[in-house]
Amino acid sequence: MRGTSLRPLWGWGLLALGLGGFPLLASEFYIRLATEILIMALFAMSFNLLLGYGGMLSFGHAGFYAVGAYTVAILMKKTSVPFFLAFPAAPAVTALVAAVTGYFCVRLRGFYFSILTLAFGQLIWGVIFKWSALTEGDDGIVGIRAPTFLTSSGGSYYFTLVLTAACIGLLWMIIESPFGRTLLAIRENTDRTQFIGVDVNRLRLLAFVLSATFAGVAGALFAPFNGSVFPTFALWTKSGEVVMMSILGGMHTFLGPAVGAAIMLSLDQMISVYTEYWPFVLGVILLVLVLFFPAGITGFVRVLARRESAGTRLA
Amino acid sequence: MELSVLLNQFLSGLTRAGVLFMLASGLTLIFGVARVINFAHGSLYMVAVYLSYSFLRLFGPGGMGFWLSLVAVALSLALIGGAIEAGLIRRIYGREHLQQLLLTFALIYIIGDAVKFVWGITPKSVSRPPFLEASIPVPGGSFPVYNLFVIGLAALVGVGLWLMLARTKLGWLIRAVAADIEITEALGVNVPRLLTLVFMVGTLLVGVGGAAAAPLTVGALGMDVEIVILCFIVVIIGGAGSLLGAAVAALLVGLLEAFGILALPQFAVVFIYALMAVVMIVRPWGLFGTPG
Amino acid sequence: MLLETQGLRKAFGGVQAVSNVDLAVLEGDVHALIGPNGAGKTTFFNLLTGSLRPDTGRIDFGGREITALPPQQICRMGIARSFQRASIFPKLSAFENVRVSVLAHEGKSFRLYPRANALARGEVESLLETVGLSDQADQPGESLSHGDRKRLELGIALANRPKLLLLDEPTAGMSPDETRSTMSLVQRLARERGITVLFTEHDMTVVFGIAQRVTVMHQGQVIADGSSEAVRENREVQRVYLGEAGWFWR
Repeated sequence: MRGTSLRPLWGWGLLALGLGGFPLLASEFYIRLATEILIMALFAMSFNLLLGYGGMLSFGHAGFYAVGAYTVAILMKKTSVPFFLAFPAAPAVTALVAAVTGYFCVRLRGFYFSILTLAFGQLIWGVIFKWSALTEGDDGIVGIRAPTFLTSSGGSYYFTLVLTAACIGLLWMIIESPFGRTLLAIRENTDRTQFIGVDVNRLRLLAFVLSATFAGVAGALFAPFNGSVFPTFALWTKSGEVVMMSILGGMHTFLGPAVGAAIMLSLDQMISVYTEYWPFVLGVILLVLVLFFPAGITGFVRVLARRESAGTRLA
Repeated sequence: MELSVLLNQFLSGLTRAGVLFMLASGLTLIFGVARVINFAHGSLYMVAVYLSYSFLRLFGPGGMGFWLSLVAVALSLALIGGAIEAGLIRRIYGREHLQQLLLTFALIYIIGDAVKFVWGITPKSVSRPPFLEASIPVPGGSFPVYNLFVIGLAALVGVGLWLMLARTKLGWLIRAVAADIEITEALGVNVPRLLTLVFMVGTLLVGVGGAAAAPLTVGALGMDVEIVILCFIVVIIGGAGSLLGAAVAALLVGLLEAFGILALPQFAVVFIYALMAVVMIVRPWGLFGTPG
Repeated sequence: MLLETQGLRKAFGGVQAVSNVDLAVLEGDVHALIGPNGAGKTTFFNLLTGSLRPDTGRIDFGGREITALPPQQICRMGIARSFQRASIFPKLSAFENVRVSVLAHEGKSFRLYPRANALARGEVESLLETVGLSDQADQPGESLSHGDRKRLELGIALANRPKLLLLDEPTAGMSPDETRSTMSLVQRLARERGITVLFTEHDMTVVFGIAQRVTVMHQGQVIADGSSEAVRENREVQRVYLGEAGWFWR
């Protein structure tokens, strides 16, 4: 891992050019699809900080995504706080919620961690669903008026692109930092990490909060993009989607979950035309991945990733 | 607050506890022996409730129909559980826990959509069997006999399960596997078959619980995750792998939910989470579990 | 006195794994803790490092009580350990294995900036050289041989710049050659860096070859304690061990 670089510079340049020029070539429909992919990519990558790097499988990550989305929606619709204040409030509120729930979750390992995150995710869903006075309950909050520069699909796309890229840059910094390295150590051997003098639970809590905060940003991006927010944003199925994206794209690679997000959303577009049983298809894909490609897809992606960038070798 | 209201809530809480216990005991048994956390446990409960609807239509609404349906649902669930263990879960014993979690998580999607495919999206409800339709007078009101039946059934299931584990050869084998799977295997026990059997017993309990709960609830999509979380909370509070723990925790959760509704109707569930949080701070391994 | 325990007890169920143990480790000593399997040595180590809480008794380290502190705090006070089965970070390279430990020692584990790759290189390189793993720096921990893993673990422990090093069977499973080089390394560390070492070991040649002091545990209790010559001559030790198992003079 010594003396490595992010990735050959021209690769990034090409990617930037492609993503930057995309709206000039694509239709409205595809620009919006791409925007959604960017948001979900950030959501999935935030989640993978926990799963791929920390070895913590959360089934409640959508809760934080929803907290981010609802913070923007509530502040803008209920209190008419302007967007440029409501938007940064979202990650702040999310971090706070994550600090409280995370305090309990990170004390647990393995199964128990997963169960508790699922429970807290559903609790957030329950609160959103039932606290109608604040959240409009099942009806959701509709008609969120984005500022004018976000009303065009192109403007929305570029805003999302810039913020997603910035967040992904921050995530990269976190992963490459001493903190990120220690997080890997915890994933590999929690006991040993304790015996080198690291307060494991505190470090896991920081990872939990950071991860949730970026999910909050993703939610905050989605609220004005979509124009409305609903309790289903917090539902376990939404959490399941990011699990799927990470596994599909490769949880041991930095950009894997983003690739997974692109695959999932594109598949969704294609398959939903033919069947309403999209979750069934998802379940079968996951089942097949687990049973027959335990290292399979992720391993495959990892081999590719290793060839492209020795620096992202994690596992 | 009136005494009658409290008594009524107490009995409702007890009923809820009964159902939760039947489900959680299966979950905790499977975990204690096979070390598998079955995320799809709630999905199987959903299947049991929907199957009750179909079997009751098949066997008729009478008392005989009720019993036949109860047995049929329980046996169907045991078969489904056995098939899931033998066909899927058996392949991933010994792999890291992450993959077990993902596998049973995938089943939530699959079973959920399968139910939607077979029964559609209209909620399904069943009525109580005629011989249990009455209500008995309690101070200040009345209480349905059927709920008392569920409470009694849960108690019976608990005692039966305990006797099975403590007194029978099968129970002895199950406890041996739970204690040390390798030694048990070395002693010549057919462990794979035993694990399938344990899954079948666990899901049979879901079948009994689901069939018993069917007249009290409405078969609706989404009930799977709602109930599985409650079951997990019961198992966590009681201590994973502990039958007694499941019983005590089911009582605590059931009663807390019933009385919590009196205090804070919208957010009764908050009390349950608070209870879980407290237990986890004081005894992370649960009331009757063992640390480590 | 660097480490002292008084009346330390730990029971599992009805079994007294560690029963009323008083032990003193002098600063700068290489101190062996011996006894047959099940004598309570590992449990004793787990008590010292905070993995287990004692039922009763107290532990003092460097003049401060450390009884029942969490492992990370005990480690930060200067006690590092190795395990019977080498405990390393399997998928990280040997270099990263040691680096995370150096970062922890420098109090940088929570830093989000700068990149870890820019930090602690010299220190890690010299530690790897000390334990003889410079050539395998880029190998993942899991691909190292058994003996190299044990050495890597020693490197991880040394990164904490411990005052006291607890080694649980440091040469278990090693070839005679590896055993010799590991023990001479331990001896050198004690001599050159002033690290106090407390280790458990089954190989009596090793024990009496390098230990200045030896403590013998049997069924959770200390039955002999003293200079290695005194313990070797101790009638009680000879009687107990020659009678029960022939391993002592093997």
